Amino acid sequence: MNTSIILLLLLVLAAFSYFFGRKRALAVSNGNRGVNKLHSLPGYYGHLVVVWCLLPSLIALMLWSFFSPTFISQNVISSLPTEIQSTDTTNVNLFMNRVESMAKAGVIDETAEPAQQEAARRYIELQHNSNIIKAVLVFALAGLGIFWAFRKIAPNFRARNQVEKVIVGLMILCASIAIVTTLGIVLSVLFESLRFFQAVPITEFLFGTHWSPQTAIRNDQVGGSGSFGAIPLFAGTLLISVIALAIAVPVGLMSAIYLSEYASKRVRAWVKPALEVLAGIPTVVYGFFAALTVAPFIRTLGESIGLTVASESALAAGLVMGVMIIPFMSSLSDDVINAVPQAMRDGSYGMGATRSETIKQVILPAALPGIVGAFLLAASRAIGETMIVVMAAGLSANLTANPLEAVTTVTVQIVTLLTGDQEFDSPKTLAAFALGLTLFVLTLILNILALRIVRKYREQYE
Amino acid sequence: MMQMSNKTELVRASLAKRYAREKRFRFWGLASIVLSLTFLAILLTTIFMQGWPAFTQTYMKLDVNLSAEALGVDAHAPQDKLRAASYDTVVLNALTTRFPGITERKQKMALKKLVSSSAAYDLQKMVMANPKLIGTQQTVWVMADDDIDTYFKGNIDRTQPEADRRIKDFQLVWLDDLEAKNEIERRFNLPFFTSGDSREPEQAGILSALMGSFYTMLVTMTLAFPIGVAAAIYLEEFAPKNNTLVDFIEVNINNLAAVPSIVFGLLGLAVFIQFFGVPRSTPLVGGLVLTLITLPTIIIASRAALKSVPPSIRQAAYGMGASRVQTVFHHTLPLAMPGILTGTIIGMAHALGETAPLLMIGMVAFIVDIPQGITDPAAILPVQIYLWSDSPERAFTEKTSAAIIVLLFFLVMMNLLAVLLRKRFERRW
Repeated sequence: MNTSIILLLLLVLAAFSYFFGRKRALAVSNGNRGVNKLHSLPGYYGHLVVVWCLLPSLIALMLWSFFSPTFISQNVISSLPTEIQSTDTTNVNLFMNRVESMAKAGVIDETAEPAQQEAARRYIELQHNSNIIKAVLVFALAGLGIFWAFRKIAPNFRARNQVEKVIVGLMILCASIAIVTTLGIVLSVLFESLRFFQAVPITEFLFGTHWSPQTAIRNDQVGGSGSFGAIPLFAGTLLISVIALAIAVPVGLMSAIYLSEYASKRVRAWVKPALEVLAGIPTVVYGFFAALTVAPFIRTLGESIGLTVASESALAAGLVMGVMIIPFMSSLSDDVINAVPQAMRDGSYGMGATRSETIKQVILPAALPGIVGAFLLAASRAIGETMIVVMAAGLSANLTANPLEAVTTVTVQIVTLLTGDQEFDSPKTLAAFALGLTLFVLTLILNILALRIVRKYREQYE
Repeated sequence: MMQMSNKTELVRASLAKRYAREKRFRFWGLASIVLSLTFLAILLTTIFMQGWPAFTQTYMKLDVNLSAEALGVDAHAPQDKLRAASYDTVVLNALTTRFPGITERKQKMALKKLVSSSAAYDLQKMVMANPKLIGTQQTVWVMADDDIDTYFKGNIDRTQPEADRRIKDFQLVWLDDLEAKNEIERRFNLPFFTSGDSREPEQAGILSALMGSFYTMLVTMTLAFPIGVAAAIYLEEFAPKNNTLVDFIEVNINNLAAVPSIVFGLLGLAVFIQFFGVPRSTPLVGGLVLTLITLPTIIIASRAALKSVPPSIRQAAYGMGASRVQTVFHHTLPLAMPGILTGTIIGMAHALGETAPLLMIGMVAFIVDIPQGITDPAAILPVQIYLWSDSPERAFTEKTSAAIIVLLFFLVMMNLLAVLLRKRFERRW
């Protein structure tokens, strides 16, 4: 019996147990007329039985499904002939891979080694037994749970409070997923990075100026180790982000100012959603546009005035990324500008200032912390943006400040290092995690800083 | 008195300058909006102009002689013999009959490549469905090769020197002849919607990617919606104030909302694939990663929706003796549902366009088969766009834009749904 059938049967059982629980509650209170004697509504007794039926059995099912493959393969390994067991672990793993694939297919390959066939038979048998035990265990637990809950049903039993406790507990569990996710990110990235830093010293990674992660297949080949100096990547990321922000910040800010201070209600109602469309377009579309339309356009434009432009110039990627960030910048600035109290504007107008003078001398200084926060969030977005640079920026790690040359970024390198078929242990793939760690830490600092500033500023006027 | 009028004079003198400055400032504001919207317009028009032709496909009329000699089988052959019959020869024969007298090797090759390699499969399907066709003369319309298609869509300039052209002069003679005799037709490109990816541009379709996206979204939706709403309810309605754990959860959610999505891809690779052994390239693992990415969006939107339900509703419920859980599930949550659904749809729309983290977890594979479930290897629509945009053929550029149009269509639909929901159910308290 496989897991999905067990799950289905459990659900059916749970549905039945609801009705039984409800019926039982009505029965112990002498039918409908005695329902007022019950502490909770009869449905809650039904729910309680469902909880007792599902909760223990589901936990058991999950644990069993998660741990049984390891136990089974351990058991099979220990039953192997000693001459195979005594070889090194990679050999045993290879052997077991073959066995497991045979067992998974359910057919024993007659051409395989006799030892493998024997092991696969044993594996299938153990798996079969494990499945039977699992089904028996799960249904026994479900039955026990139902029985236990049934026994507890009595008129003064506080079923509602118990059910509600379980519901709140589940909600806490869901809310904690945020913590688990962060923990998962930190741990996964950190551990792989530490392994990387065992192979490549952290100082070389952070301060080296040469990036070529191509490791040779054999150790005796030229360039067997590769070099992992990430400075060119940081510089490239910085260059593209600066170009993007140089477009997004003024344009986004001016759009926000115009929309919140000058535009009529009708214009605002049309333009604001239109700007938000820019934020809703997937980044892969921007990347395609940058690579196929903007980059060639900049190239021909540059060549017509006698400049040499790389076909994957930083300018094209930065330009398009800037446009992508405009709505982000403008909606955040719009919020903070609207949060400036009207009294400050009125005071300024009363002194005879024009609108633009009010904006420049009263509103912007008042909204500055919020705008700085918006800027930081936009910067973090620009640094972490991936698809546009993957498609429109190059792969060559040039250390240059010329926006017409091709540069590469941290995110581009993560993607290129991890999309090929790679073994998981080479410094090449581990380097991607080290880059990911850098990216995570950098954006985390920017985000925390920005959120702090924005929150502090909001409190000022609330 | 004298001084006052002096100041008035000064102010009056500077007024013109100040108004000019005001106008300039206003102009820059307007200009930046116009600039952003112009860019949007250019982006959309370029993609539509490029992608529109891909919804049609050039077909070529072919008179095939399904003789038993050419096929190597007769009408009574069993199915597997019929399957293995040499349909290629039939297609080639038809082409050589249409354009007789070609001897040069290069031209012969070009002749063979006039029609798509799918032509033979079409014939195979036709004959296998009705073996009586063997020995007859049939007129069929088959797909033209991608170069021919590109030419008929006007994307190959025949005034260019021959060496720079994908279509040579002798081919142009054939094509002109075909066109003059009405043996070329542009039809709606149905295979684009009904087939999977292919190395041949004219046969490549988006169905496998669409189904991959569908399954991925299914996983994301079933996980992210209940978890997100439950978390939001807890944080908004139950969480004790000034609790370190709750504060920590909130900080985490806000941070996760701003973490670059590619970092989630690294998490998926290291935790889901390496540690838990979830199969690579499947909608299951993609959906799991996207769940983590969309969760903060859904939680934040749901909390805002819950917060906007006025406290008097809750107090009325408490007054009637409802417990906290009853109040939330019977009153607050139903009233907040439109807002929660709007936020969820917008979050899902973002997830649908997400590409980078899915590259990390192996969804870049070349997938021809249409995935049948959440554990089959699959590509998703944005990744398909990425893969096609990397291909050098001109025809793939067109396909990429067409796939983008399909993607944008779905995004617009989802956003429209969100707007409608908001308009229909939004309540001002």
